[in-house]
Amino acid sequence: MTEPLLRVRDLRTYFVTAHGSGTARAVDGVSFDVYPGETLGLVGESGCGKTVTALSILRLVPEPPGHVRPGSLVEFEGRNLATLPPAELRAVRGREIALVFQEPRASLNPVFTVGDQIAEAAVVHERLSWRAARARAVEMLALVGMPDPAAQAGRYPHQLSGGMCQRAMIAMALVCRPKLLIADEPTTALDVTVQAQILELLGRLQAEFGMAILLITHDLGVVAGAADRVAVMYAGEVVEQAPARELFARPLHPYTQGLLASVPRVDAPRAAGRLPAIPGQVPAATAWPPGCRFHPRCPYAWARCRAEAPPPLDAGAGEPGAHTVRCWLLTEPQRRTPRP
Amino acid sequence: MTHGAGPAPLVRVEGLVKHFARERRWFGLGPPAARVRAVDGVSFAIAPGETLGLVGESGCGKSTLARAVVRLIEPDAGRVTVAGEDVLALRPRALRALRRRMQIVFQDPAGALDPRLTVRAALAEPLAIHRLARGAEAARRVAALLEEVGLDADLARRYPHELSGGQRQRVGIARALAVEPQFLVLDEPVSALDVSVAAQVLNLLAELQRRRRLTYLFIAHDLAVVKHIADRVAVMYLGKIVEAGPAAALYAAPRHPYTAALLAAAPVPDPGAPRRRLVLPGEAPSPLAPPPGCPFHPRCPHPKKDARCRTDPPALREVAPGHAAACHWAEEPA
Repeated sequence: MTEPLLRVRDLRTYFVTAHGSGTARAVDGVSFDVYPGETLGLVGESGCGKTVTALSILRLVPEPPGHVRPGSLVEFEGRNLATLPPAELRAVRGREIALVFQEPRASLNPVFTVGDQIAEAAVVHERLSWRAARARAVEMLALVGMPDPAAQAGRYPHQLSGGMCQRAMIAMALVCRPKLLIADEPTTALDVTVQAQILELLGRLQAEFGMAILLITHDLGVVAGAADRVAVMYAGEVVEQAPARELFARPLHPYTQGLLASVPRVDAPRAAGRLPAIPGQVPAATAWPPGCRFHPRCPYAWARCRAEAPPPLDAGAGEPGAHTVRCWLLTEPQRRTPRP
Repeated sequence: MTHGAGPAPLVRVEGLVKHFARERRWFGLGPPAARVRAVDGVSFAIAPGETLGLVGESGCGKSTLARAVVRLIEPDAGRVTVAGEDVLALRPRALRALRRRMQIVFQDPAGALDPRLTVRAALAEPLAIHRLARGAEAARRVAALLEEVGLDADLARRYPHELSGGQRQRVGIARALAVEPQFLVLDEPVSALDVSVAAQVLNLLAELQRRRRLTYLFIAHDLAVVKHIADRVAVMYLGKIVEAGPAAALYAAPRHPYTAALLAAAPVPDPGAPRRRLVLPGEAPSPLAPPPGCPFHPRCPHPKKDARCRTDPPALREVAPGHAAACHWAEEPA
């Protein structure tokens, strides 16, 4: 089997809260791999730690109040990014691992033209001349499907629509041909028809460049359409991890099942009556529940769930470790009885 | 758009227009400022107890329409009737009285609630304004409202920032219900919420509708959410309704290519689902300068698109019972 491009092991990123009332354990022991050329979808609701995970990979978490705990491993091609000296880390950021955020307009600098912002990455990382870098920027804009790229390169972010800004962000991220693209909710701020365009674009560029994508989203539909494998996060942990087809066909964690059941679907007949919603709400990161963090909302929870935190257990499908679930039901499947 | 033989509509909107002038002129001199045609001649009716879903992408004018219907902004032309009252003709006092029958719930509950008012004060305020209850009676009603929207009584002492997004939206709904309206405009009420919480709020809205016989205008960009809650659906594009019909028919067999494209673009949580075949090119044109002819023609993938589409605006007309579309080719099923 090929070596993973990115190996994250036991990543813990904590924040000291403003009023000193405690420590928010935003990311609390997250492990996953990203293989070359694949798309891993990282799904979860707000507050589950998915964005902090992305920022922690590139050590972009503001310190203080945040800090990545010792013992966290973020191995990219054999180097631990969590302990890499700053100069070496800078060479990785933007060049080998690039980031695209949700709000493209907020991530672009309003006082420089789009073309110059794209060119800057090539000047910094590849030591191109500004002239050559600007030409590269126009090429990149053409590649991401900007109409009239030479003219668009001379425009400022406020002159572009949200969809066009996101294309510019993607052009900027890909200018150095990174091996890994981290896309944090790249289509959430966009309309559905533009979202479809951007997802198609990412798929096309991935096929062309062979890069891996870590796709972070709350939208199960986006993940289903784009990811090869999926990791579901809840309360700072990965609670279920599986190949995409397997996860959607055979979700095993009650949280994954609840999420899938609670989304209204455009392709299914209208459900009669109530949506099967998950009761309650996501707990606060300063006070995760003891035992399994999902137990207060879980319809199957019993004494063990309240006392003992389940480790990732193998679901026994495919290769070992292909489908893992943090749930005690895997040891006592007879408890999975339908509840009224 | 007529509504067949059903009961008389509770809400009727006819030819509603709202344009915004762009203040670009220098001391009022020079050429007239460009106008944003946010809502450009919209008509629909909603029967008592019915939910009309209004879908469209950002900038299509759906939120402007929502505000114009309850007269939070003054439309430029058209008629709005709610429970027989001509909303746009009412004088302020009468309008305030009518507001007891129609309320609006916004997308962002954090922005819609006064940060300095506790939940109790926020819910008691409409009761006082409309002189419905005071003192112990108001306290009793606030408690009943909280229970009805599924919130603990002890949340009454909290401020909005102490609540989660889902709790805030429940407070927003409770506040709208305080005056016991018949008609609720829901402007993207679950868009800012996480999926598990959105499902809870959608269930709550369905329950309240059943219990209180409410009539909803439900505005959203998410077609799946609208499919779940709406009886009928209207699709807006560039300030106009381009298709409207019974939810089941519209989703099963859309008659307007824009509706078809929206449905094809909506992500489906199933990796085995047929991949989207139809990726619409380009973006919605600016409502400052809508294209001539059919406003959708520059992006339209319809195989029969021709010169007429570029010059003649298609009329919104009934193409099947209760189902209207504004496409020159709407009579031929795609």
